[in-house]
Amino acid sequence: MINTMPHFIFLIALILLFIAMILVLIRLYKGPTLYDRVLSTNSFGTHTVLFIGVLGFLSDRPDFLDIALLYALINFVATIAILKFFRYRAIGDVLIKRELKK
Amino acid sequence: MLRSILTAIFLFLLWYLMSGIDKTLTLGLGIGSSIFAVWIVRRMENASDFKSLKVQLRPVESLKYCIWILLEILKSNWTITKVILSPNMNIKQNMFKVPFSQKSDLGQTIFANSITLTPGTISVEVEEDHFLVHALVFSPGDHAALAEMNERVSKIEGAVK
Amino acid sequence: MNFLYDITQLIAWALILLGSVMVIIGALGSLRFPDFWSRLHAASVTDSGGVILLLLGMGIHSGFNLITFKLFLIGAFLFITGPTSSHAVANAALVSGAKPSKKNQNEIGDEG
Repeated sequence: MINTMPHFIFLIALILLFIAMILVLIRLYKGPTLYDRVLSTNSFGTHTVLFIGVLGFLSDRPDFLDIALLYALINFVATIAILKFFRYRAIGDVLIKRELKK
Repeated sequence: MLRSILTAIFLFLLWYLMSGIDKTLTLGLGIGSSIFAVWIVRRMENASDFKSLKVQLRPVESLKYCIWILLEILKSNWTITKVILSPNMNIKQNMFKVPFSQKSDLGQTIFANSITLTPGTISVEVEEDHFLVHALVFSPGDHAALAEMNERVSKIEGAVK
Repeated sequence: MNFLYDITQLIAWALILLGSVMVIIGALGSLRFPDFWSRLHAASVTDSGGVILLLLGMGIHSGFNLITFKLFLIGAFLFITGPTSSHAVANAALVSGAKPSKKNQNEIGDEG
C-alpha cells in the first residue's frame, strides 16, 4: 500500500496542475488586453515547470528536474523579451539609447 | 583575480552538484567550461563600463529575514485564497506610495521583490525615494505592515560605502 | 525508524496536495477576477504559495540528496525571477497607460 501511495498522490497533483493549466489557457484566449496575455503566458510557464517536476517524480526519473530548471530560465527570458519588444519595438538596444536621449 | 578564482570554483561546484557524476572526463569538461565562462566574463568586464556588484548582507540577519518572509507569504496567501474563493469577491484595490530607506540597489531590489512576493501587494514603479505599490485588499494597516518590512530589510543591509 | 519515515512521507504528501490546490486556486483567481490589476495578484498566489509548498513537499519526499539540491535551485530561481517578471508586466501596463480602474474600489463597502 505504502509503495503505491506516492504514485497516487503525484497523479492527483498532476491532474490538478493540468486543470490549472487549462484554466490559465482559457484566460490566455479570453484576455482582453495584451498584458493579460503576457501574464497568462508567464503563469503558464511556472505551471509547466511544476508539471515537469511532478511528472519526473511520478515516472521515477528525477532527471526531469534539469529540464524544469531549463524551462524556468527560458520562461523568464521570454517574458522579459516580449515585454521589451512591445515597449521599444526592438529586441536590441539601438532604439532604447535613442529614446533615452530624447 | 581572487574573485575570478572563487567564481570558477563556485561554478565547478555547481557543475558537480548538478551532474553528480565523478568520471574523469566529466570533471575535466566541468573544469574547462567553468574556466572558459570566467574568461568570457572577464573579457566583458574589460570591454564595457561594467560596475562590479558588491554583495554586502549580514548572513544571520538574512537567514532570519528569509524565515520571517516565508511565514508572511503563507499568511497573506491564506488571505488572498479566501478572497478568491468567496462568492462575492470583496476586493478593494488601491495604489499608494511606500517610502524605502535602503541605500544600496541590492537592498531596494530585495525590498521590492519581497513586496511583490507576498500575494496582495505588487510594486509597480520605482521613484526617487518611494515605490508605487498596488494592493488588492487595501486596509489602512497595510502602511504599517510595509513600514515594518522596510525596517527589516534595512537591518539585513550591511554598511554601504 | 520506519515509523518516522512514514510520518515524513505523510507530511510530504500533504504538502504536495496543498501546493497543487494552491496552484489551482491561483489559476481560478486569474479566471474569476474582473480586471488586469487584480489578476496580477491571483498569479502571485501560484508564484509564491504553490511553488513553496510543492517544492518543499517534493524535497521532503525525495530525502536529502542531489535531487533536493536541484529542487532548491529551481525554488531559488523562481523566487528571484517570479517577482521580477510580475513587476515587469505591471510596470509595462502602467507605462502604456492602463491605470487601475476606480470601478472596483469600494465596491462592496468598507468591510475589507
